[in-house]
Amino acid sequence: MWTWFHKLASPPHFFRISEKMVPWFGISGLLMITWGTWHGLFVAPPDYQQGDAFRIIYVHVPSAYLSMAAYMTMALAAGIGLIWRIKLSHAVAAAAAPIGAWFTFLALATGMIWGRPMWGTWWEWGDPRLTSELLMLFLYFGYMALRAAISDVKKADNASGVLALVGAVNIPIIHYSVEWWSSLHQGATLIRADGPAMPPEMLTPLLFNIAGFTLLFGALLLIRVRTGVIYREHRKMWVRNLILKGGL
Amino acid sequence: MSDKGTANVFSGFIAVVRRDLLLSWKRPGDILNPLFFFLMVCTLFPLAGGPTAEQLQLSGPGVMWVGALLATLLSLNSLFVSDYEDGSLDQLILSSQPLPLFALGKSTAHWLTNGVPLVLISPLIAIMFQMPVQTIVIMMVTLVFGTISLSLLGAIGSALTIGAHRASSLLSLLILPLAMPILIFGARTASLSMTNDPTAAGIYFLGAYCMFALSLAPFATAAALRICNE
Repeated sequence: MWTWFHKLASPPHFFRISEKMVPWFGISGLLMITWGTWHGLFVAPPDYQQGDAFRIIYVHVPSAYLSMAAYMTMALAAGIGLIWRIKLSHAVAAAAAPIGAWFTFLALATGMIWGRPMWGTWWEWGDPRLTSELLMLFLYFGYMALRAAISDVKKADNASGVLALVGAVNIPIIHYSVEWWSSLHQGATLIRADGPAMPPEMLTPLLFNIAGFTLLFGALLLIRVRTGVIYREHRKMWVRNLILKGGL
Repeated sequence: MSDKGTANVFSGFIAVVRRDLLLSWKRPGDILNPLFFFLMVCTLFPLAGGPTAEQLQLSGPGVMWVGALLATLLSLNSLFVSDYEDGSLDQLILSSQPLPLFALGKSTAHWLTNGVPLVLISPLIAIMFQMPVQTIVIMMVTLVFGTISLSLLGAIGSALTIGAHRASSLLSLLILPLAMPILIFGARTASLSMTNDPTAAGIYFLGAYCMFALSLAPFATAAALRICNE
């Protein structure tokens, strides 16, 4: 297990393995999203209160969940990179940021579209999750701006890694401080002590979409990391050999 | 021996604070510019938003807190710049003194030269916003805790942006989302005191945040300084 982990941290080895992993993640993710979205939009019954408007959760919930999961991936990878000085880990952190920012944007956009008919307003400052999601987007922007401002790759890795960790420590504080305002948001329906408050024909497509979005995130992340690895190692012998063999 | 060791450690900290205070004393603009900025931002809002007493009281705490936050950010820009440019940062990193204590010293000096003046001038602005006495007191208490936290948190951002392009706009982008809890609790607590609602919870939170920042931020700043001064 440990040697496997060590081997994975070597860029050429990662490059070979990830090439086989991308289609598995991507295709299975797309299949699950297709099934989940089709069932969510056409098969699941309309909500007794919200009608068809509730169907936006099939995009909204997975995006919101991934906006947080991507930040945690980023902070974890940055921490591993800082502690054990693994370059590949920094490449993962750098690659996760733009994808996470996009999912955050998607979660905000779908939330606003849903809020218009349901709350009667595009934006509600009193809602803690909406506001903390917006701050999450700003944290991603700050991370990417810091990376872009430092031209030396190694320095950018370490500096943005520190920022990602500081941000990860602050996220719970930001979340709960925003929650001090009274909440308009839907209570948690998925993770509750007495089981999910949703009939199975609504729930199953949602779970499929969450799993599918996660797999898609994995595939996109791998593709970005592969590009990042080639960029970082473009002076190394193995990249040169790869190009000569026509592997790129 | 161990006694002497601890004395040495803190002598470094005291030396940094004394040096920074002396430098600000020689360049009063460093202290006064953020202060005037704070005053002007707080003047803008009544002029733009309408000067009735109700409006002033409603928006007062929020406006003052936004002004204080921006003024602190303005002064944080130059926290490590001169040390970086004249090479004294290299010497400090190479010296036997622990770097987190040096970072704490820089934050302390920054708070003494920027946070304290902000707190001291805040009653004047609060009176202009027609705040009642109890709100002025709460405002000052929240500003004390808030500016300490901002000096500590901002030092991390300031250290991370050393040598980066367009460091000033970058610093705001890095620090503002992280400073949001301070802003929310500071402004909301002051607003609550206006209607005689209990304010202890907000002040406890600000105090806890301050202690949290005090114990962790110097280490993050030290790590950032090592990375960005390579």
